[in-house]
Amino acid sequence: MAGAPDTADRAHAAGREPRVQAAWRVLDGVLDPEVPALSLPDLGIVREIHVRDDGLEVVLTPTYSGCPATEVIEQSVIDALDAAGLGPTRVSMRRAPAWTTDWISDEGRRKLRDYGIAPPGPVQPSQGVPIRVVRRRAPIECPHCGSTATEQLSAFGSTACKALYRCTACREPFEHFKPI
Amino acid sequence: MNGSIQLQHTPTVEYLLRLGDTTLILGQRLGEWCGHAPILEEDIALTNMALDLIGQTRALFTRIGELAGDGKKEVLSEDQIAFLREERDYRNLTIVELPRGDFAFTILRNLMVSTWLKLHWERLLHSSDAELAGIAGKALKEARYHQEHAADWLLRLAGGTEESRRRTEAALAELWRFVPEMFESDAVDAAAEGARLGPARADLLEPWEAEIAAVFAEAGLTAPAPSKFRSTATQGVHTEYMGYILAEMQHLQRAYPGGVW
Repeated sequence: MAGAPDTADRAHAAGREPRVQAAWRVLDGVLDPEVPALSLPDLGIVREIHVRDDGLEVVLTPTYSGCPATEVIEQSVIDALDAAGLGPTRVSMRRAPAWTTDWISDEGRRKLRDYGIAPPGPVQPSQGVPIRVVRRRAPIECPHCGSTATEQLSAFGSTACKALYRCTACREPFEHFKPI
Repeated sequence: MNGSIQLQHTPTVEYLLRLGDTTLILGQRLGEWCGHAPILEEDIALTNMALDLIGQTRALFTRIGELAGDGKKEVLSEDQIAFLREERDYRNLTIVELPRGDFAFTILRNLMVSTWLKLHWERLLHSSDAELAGIAGKALKEARYHQEHAADWLLRLAGGTEESRRRTEAALAELWRFVPEMFESDAVDAAAEGARLGPARADLLEPWEAEIAAVFAEAGLTAPAPSKFRSTATQGVHTEYMGYILAEMQHLQRAYPGGVW
């Protein structure tokens, strides 16, 4: 993945075009349908926006291969930009480099915590480590009371991107956004 | 688009079908747990993994459609490839078409197959086919998580009650004879390796055994002796279970050709 961008191109050359800037601002108001605490840019799935001859092109990187929200997200991007008079819009999907929770913005992490979801920690590089199939997890901080006395209840939560936890200090259950 | 399709079984298509049909059929089998898992959380977990696997299948079948279409004719869609082939044209591992069994059987099978898939995806990151490398980047993260989930549960089942231990050992005795097929080598593998498309299955045996052995050691399980039995679904010769899966999967597309959501 050498040379691949690891941040969205919002701050780069294409991002200085007024129509592109306006499009980014519109997308700041488009929420992820499954984690409505986050906007699409917070989630890091909007990679690039370009002005093309036939309108705007928005490049998205899907989160999970089987994420059922992908089509809804694609349509909501088109609807929002068209409604703002910036269209016509087409969306293209870019698979590589693969989406990682490291792309969730700091603002996004704060919003997740406020929403009651423990944000993901940094993704651990898995290359070159000794064989360790059975997990030894880093402690997850409870989004309610901040304690790290927490335990996993289930590896999967209400959506593919989350796991279920509970805090043994304040006794509250919570969801954790899995680092991938 | 109601009639059966014939894919050109070039070595590349054949190689990709072994992956894509394996993720397709395992995804279908895991989906059967919807409403049947022992606890709600696992109902959600198994069907979430089914979604990941079907998503990986879609990406692989889209790529196969492009390659098989050869730029000339109409490109075959993912749905056509999934739903309009005859049984003998499917190339999945035999182990994934076995009925879902009990929870211990499903967990052990998931551990065996997710480890096999993970080792593929790790190497496919460097595939000469850039599309395939892109698919691998995403699928690898998912396969790792599936493997961890299965390993966690295998420890709990093997170290749980007498009953969970008995069922885990029964699953091991039943599933182990499907291992040789997972690491057989043939001309398709040789071609894939030669074209730097992906790894030969035989080269994955050693790392697979090492990872499985690490989990078994913690679970206090012993791998049975290698089986002389050879299953053959990757060659298109399936068990009697395959026809029933296809009947269920294909019914809608055969009855209502071209139907879409």
